[in-house]
Amino acid sequence: MSDTQVKAMAEDMEAPVFEQVAFTQPPELSEATVAIVSTASLHHEGQEDFAPADVGYRVLDNRKRDYQTGHWSPNFDAIGFAADFNTVIPLDRLDELEAVGKIGKVSDIHLSYAGNQFDLSAIRTDSGPAGAKFLKESGVDVVIFTPV
Amino acid sequence: MSTLAHIFETAGIATVALGSVRKQIESTAPPRGLLCDFPLGRPLGKPDDAEFQHRVLSHAFSLLQAQQPVLEEFAESVEEGGAEGLACPLPPRSNEELPAVIDEFRGLRPAYDRGIARYGNRAGTGRVISVDELERAIEALIRVVDGTPWKQAGIPGIPSRVAQDIRGYYELAALGLSDHIPAAWAGTNWFFGETEVGEILLAARAAMQASGEKRPIWFYMAPGDR
Repeated sequence: MSDTQVKAMAEDMEAPVFEQVAFTQPPELSEATVAIVSTASLHHEGQEDFAPADVGYRVLDNRKRDYQTGHWSPNFDAIGFAADFNTVIPLDRLDELEAVGKIGKVSDIHLSYAGNQFDLSAIRTDSGPAGAKFLKESGVDVVIFTPV
Repeated sequence: MSTLAHIFETAGIATVALGSVRKQIESTAPPRGLLCDFPLGRPLGKPDDAEFQHRVLSHAFSLLQAQQPVLEEFAESVEEGGAEGLACPLPPRSNEELPAVIDEFRGLRPAYDRGIARYGNRAGTGRVISVDELERAIEALIRVVDGTPWKQAGIPGIPSRVAQDIRGYYELAALGLSDHIPAAWAGTNWFFGETEVGEILLAARAAMQASGEKRPIWFYMAPGDR
């Protein structure tokens, strides 16, 4: 029963509380540019791997499909992603939705962070806002966040 | 991850956060959240199942219609699998002069190579040490089990990271041996429950704990429930 027990451990981790919740209204999905932001420590082959407690992000090129996970943790199933990257970063599915007009456009770039962080201060004040600004300036309207 | 959703919404991007740990997503309360009762590592639920993945995305995108913060739960759950769901025949002994674990490790190399050829190396095997160095790492773990302090045993890196490389080799070999994608955690359960190296790794971890090593050094050599 690994998954149940590992999740139980994660539930005990302190979660940040946001007193005010920002809420952005998107354009129509059929006109929106959509990106994925994964916290599975994804990077391209040859791109800088994630270090433990790495608070930075990596920019992922939508045209490539050579994603690797740099997640430093024994507490997740890696085989699903190893066999099908869409299990974590569903870009083939987004391409299919774009092809039938459900979404306006798949972003040319996506981002990945390392999700297993105990200290979120640097992500909240630095790399999080920087990544958001970068995607916003790249024309992204909607982000789907996927964990690992 | 839900933390990032708050930050991105502040920057003017509409977001939907998928989450698989109920208390975490409820506590962090992203602007739009979809709780998916899927195993950790499989946030879209089922590998190689485009229809299922589309159902998850369809529900996620529907939350963009909400006029205020919303948290919903995806209607379908995905269960983890036990090792019995993974029919991976381990190689028979081919060299009785070798420790069984080394014989097993070498015997799985063709399956590992098939896994690489079929799927690539997405799980990052070889991040600390190359595949060709893994045997040396396993030999060092045997020495730890036999009583050598880990720093003197020759483990070629931080034990938890070396352990992740070893596990990655075996799980990719499992993909190479299997005619289907194993259920979640089946590869891990097989690795720790049925292989020689899984037993050695857990024994080395226990030896390090018993000798008073700091918890971060040994704890992350295996999932936290082990």
